[in-house]
Amino acid sequence: MAVCIAVIAKENYPLYIRSTPTENKLKFHYMVHTSLDVVDEKISAMGKALVDQRELYLGLLYPTEDYKMFRKLHNSYTDVMCNPFYNPGDRIQSRAFDNMVTSMMIQVC
Amino acid sequence: MEAAAAAAAAAAGGGCGSGPPPLLLSEGEQQCYSELFARCAGAAGGGPGSGPPEAARVAPGTATAAAGPVADLFRASQLPAETLHQITELCGAKRVGYFGPTQFYIALKLIAAAQSGLPVRIESIKCELPLPRFMMSKNDGEIRFGNPAELHGTKVQIPYLTTEKNSFKRMDDEDKQQETQSPTMSPLASPPSSPPHYQRVPLNHGYSKLRSSAEQMHPAPYEARQPLVQPEGSSSGGPGTKPLRHQASLIRSFSVERELQDNSSYPDEPWRITEEQREYYVNQFRSLQPDPSSFISGSVAKNFFTKSKLSIPELSYIWELSDADCDGALTLPEFCAAFHLIVARKNGYPLPEGLPPTLQPEYLQAAFPKPKWDCQLFDSYSESLPANQQPRDLNRMETSVKDMADLPVPTQDVTSDDKQALKSTINEALPKDVSEDPATPKDSNSLKARPRSRSYSSTSIEEAMKRGEDPPTPPPRPQKTHSRASSLDLNKVFQPSVPATKSGLLPPPPALPPRPCPSQSEQVSEAELLPQLSRAPSQAAESSPAKKDVPYSQPPSKPIRRKFRPENQATENQEPSTAASGPASAATMKPHPTVQKQSSKQKKAIQTAIRKNKEANAVLARLNSELQQQLKEVHQERIALENQLEQLRPVTVL
Repeated sequence: MAVCIAVIAKENYPLYIRSTPTENKLKFHYMVHTSLDVVDEKISAMGKALVDQRELYLGLLYPTEDYKMFRKLHNSYTDVMCNPFYNPGDRIQSRAFDNMVTSMMIQVC
Repeated sequence: MEAAAAAAAAAAGGGCGSGPPPLLLSEGEQQCYSELFARCAGAAGGGPGSGPPEAARVAPGTATAAAGPVADLFRASQLPAETLHQITELCGAKRVGYFGPTQFYIALKLIAAAQSGLPVRIESIKCELPLPRFMMSKNDGEIRFGNPAELHGTKVQIPYLTTEKNSFKRMDDEDKQQETQSPTMSPLASPPSSPPHYQRVPLNHGYSKLRSSAEQMHPAPYEARQPLVQPEGSSSGGPGTKPLRHQASLIRSFSVERELQDNSSYPDEPWRITEEQREYYVNQFRSLQPDPSSFISGSVAKNFFTKSKLSIPELSYIWELSDADCDGALTLPEFCAAFHLIVARKNGYPLPEGLPPTLQPEYLQAAFPKPKWDCQLFDSYSESLPANQQPRDLNRMETSVKDMADLPVPTQDVTSDDKQALKSTINEALPKDVSEDPATPKDSNSLKARPRSRSYSSTSIEEAMKRGEDPPTPPPRPQKTHSRASSLDLNKVFQPSVPATKSGLLPPPPALPPRPCPSQSEQVSEAELLPQLSRAPSQAAESSPAKKDVPYSQPPSKPIRRKFRPENQATENQEPSTAASGPASAATMKPHPTVQKQSSKQKKAIQTAIRKNKEANAVLARLNSELQQQLKEVHQERIALENQLEQLRPVTVL
C-alpha cells in the first residue's frame, strides 16, 4: 500500500524520498509534488491554526489506519531531529529512519 | 567428504586413547563438525575430505579455525557466554591458544552437550549427543571466509583428526607443534572484512584478545584526545606525556589482566568498556557536565564530539546509536557509549548496525556503579581541601592548598565525610603523585571539585600530574564579550593562560614573595603564605582587607585584588598597574629574611609567577582592545539604526 514515502522540507524540496522499486520512481516524485500543491492549498485556506493542521493531515491521509503510519513516520522524524548533528535542511541519512521506513513499506505492501 | 567422514568415524571408533578418553564422534557428528570446521577455517570449496591419505602426511599443524568465525559460530549456538567460555577452556583451545581441529571438535561436542542440558564437562561428550544447533545463517558463515587462498591445509584436517582425536595427550604434544604454525594461519583465516585487530589471534587471547585491541584503542583516544581537548596546545606537553606513560602502564596491566577478564557479554569485546576507559569517559562527562546524574545537552555534546574529527554523518549515526531514548541529550551511560563508539571508530572499527549489548545504557549502568568513580580521584582530596584544614597542613600541603586556592567554589560541596576522608588522606597526598586511594571513597562532591580544580590549577607539580592522568577538556574560554561582567574574576581569565604555563611546571610556588629580590623572597614563609593562598579565591571581590589577615609585619602583598597571591606579588613588582601596588611594593621591599632554604624554589616560583602575570596581562590587554572594538562597532550600529529609524518614520506614519 505504501509504495512511496517522502519527507518534504518547507522549502519544497525533499529531505527524504523512497519508493518501492516496482513502480516508476519518477511518477511518484511527480505525485509528491502535486500533493504538495494540495498541501499548499489547504494551508493557504487555513483560518485557525492548530485544529486545521490536524485536519489537514487527517484529510490528506486515509483516516485511522494510515494515521498510524503517519504517526510512526513522524516519531521517527522527530528522533532524527533530536540528533544534534543533524542540520535541518539536510537530507535525512539516518539509518534508523531508513529502517523504520522500510519496515513500514514492507508491512503494508 | 562422505568417504572421509566414514573413514574418520571408523578410525575414531577404532582408535583407543591411552590417556584421556577419546573423542568418539558418530558419523553424522563427524560430518557436521568437519563441515563446520571447514567453514570456520575458511576452507575453499574443495572440502577437507578430498585427499585423506596424502593429506595425513602433510604437516599437521596448518589447520586452525580463526577465532572470529568460531566465535560467531559459538554465539550462534545461543548458549550463554559463561558456558561458551567453559567450553573454550575445556576443549583446550585456551590452553594451546587457538582452535585446532581437535579443539574445535571437542568444543562442538561440548556445545551439543550444553544444548542438551548436560553440564559442560569432558565426561559429557562421551555419550551420545544430538548435533549442536547453530542459529546462524549459512550465508553469514560463508561470507566471512573470503580468502580462497588460505588454508589449503584444511584438507588435512579430517584425516589428521582421526588420529588426533584418539587421545588428548597426543593432542597436546602435537598442538604444541601446531602452535608455531598456527599464528601464521590465523591471520589468513580471519575474515577479511574485520579490522586488523581481529586477525591477531591465537585463541589464547581468543575472545579476550579482542579486548587487547580494545586496549589498543585506549592509547589512541588519549592521543586523539590530547589535541582534541587542549586546543590551546601549549599546555599539552606536560600532561601529554603523562597519559602516554599511563597508557603504557595500562597496556601492561591489561595484558596481565586479559585472561582474567570476566566477559559476561561474550563476543562483544571491542564494544566492551574497560575500567580505565570508563573512568576517562566519566571524567570527560564531568568536564562537560558536573553532575553525573544529569544530561549533557545535544549542542554541548555535539561540540565535544565534533572535536573528534569524525565526519558529521558518522557522528550523527553514533548519536543515533547511543541516544537510546532519543531525547536529544546524553545521560552518563549514553555518553560513555557514544564516546566508546567514537573511540572505536577512530581506531578503525566499523560502526555496528545496532548498539552492542555492552554499550546499552542499562548494561553500563549496572556494570559500573557510581561509587567506583570516587576512589579513583584521590587527588581531588587535596583540591577540595576545605579551608579549615589549612592550619594543619600548611607545612606540607603548599601546592595542594594553592590548588584549593584556585577553586572558585572551594568547598561548598564538600561534606563532613569528605573532610574526614581528606584528613585521613592528607598524608598520602603529600607525595603529590597522582595515585589512587581506593581506601577512601570519595563522594561525588569531591569529584565535582576535581574538574574545576583541574581547570583552575596553578603551576604546581601536583596539578600537572593530576592533569596528566587524563587530559581534560579545557575550561570554556571566557567569553570576551562578557568576561568583564561585574566582578571580573581574573581567576577565570587566567585559566587559559594557566594550562599554557603548565608545561613549565615548577616546584610549587608556595611562598611567592612580593618582590623579585631573591634575598627578600624568604620573607614569606610557607606557613603564612598558605592561608593567604587559600583565601585568594575568595578575594575575588575583596581587596586589601584580606591581606590584613596575614600575620605579617609587612604586607607581603598589598591588596590582592582578585588575583592570585603570588601573581599579585609578582605583578606588583613588575607593573605598578594599580596605585596600591606602588606603595605596597615599596613596603615589601623591606628585607625580611626568614627561611633561606626555599630561596631557589621561590625564585623559580617568582619567575613562574612573572610569566603568568605577563600572560595575564597580555590576555587582559587583548581583551581590552577587543572590547573597545566591540564598543565602537556597537556604537556604529546604533547610529545606523537610528538613521534608519529616522528614514522610516515618515513612511510608517501613513
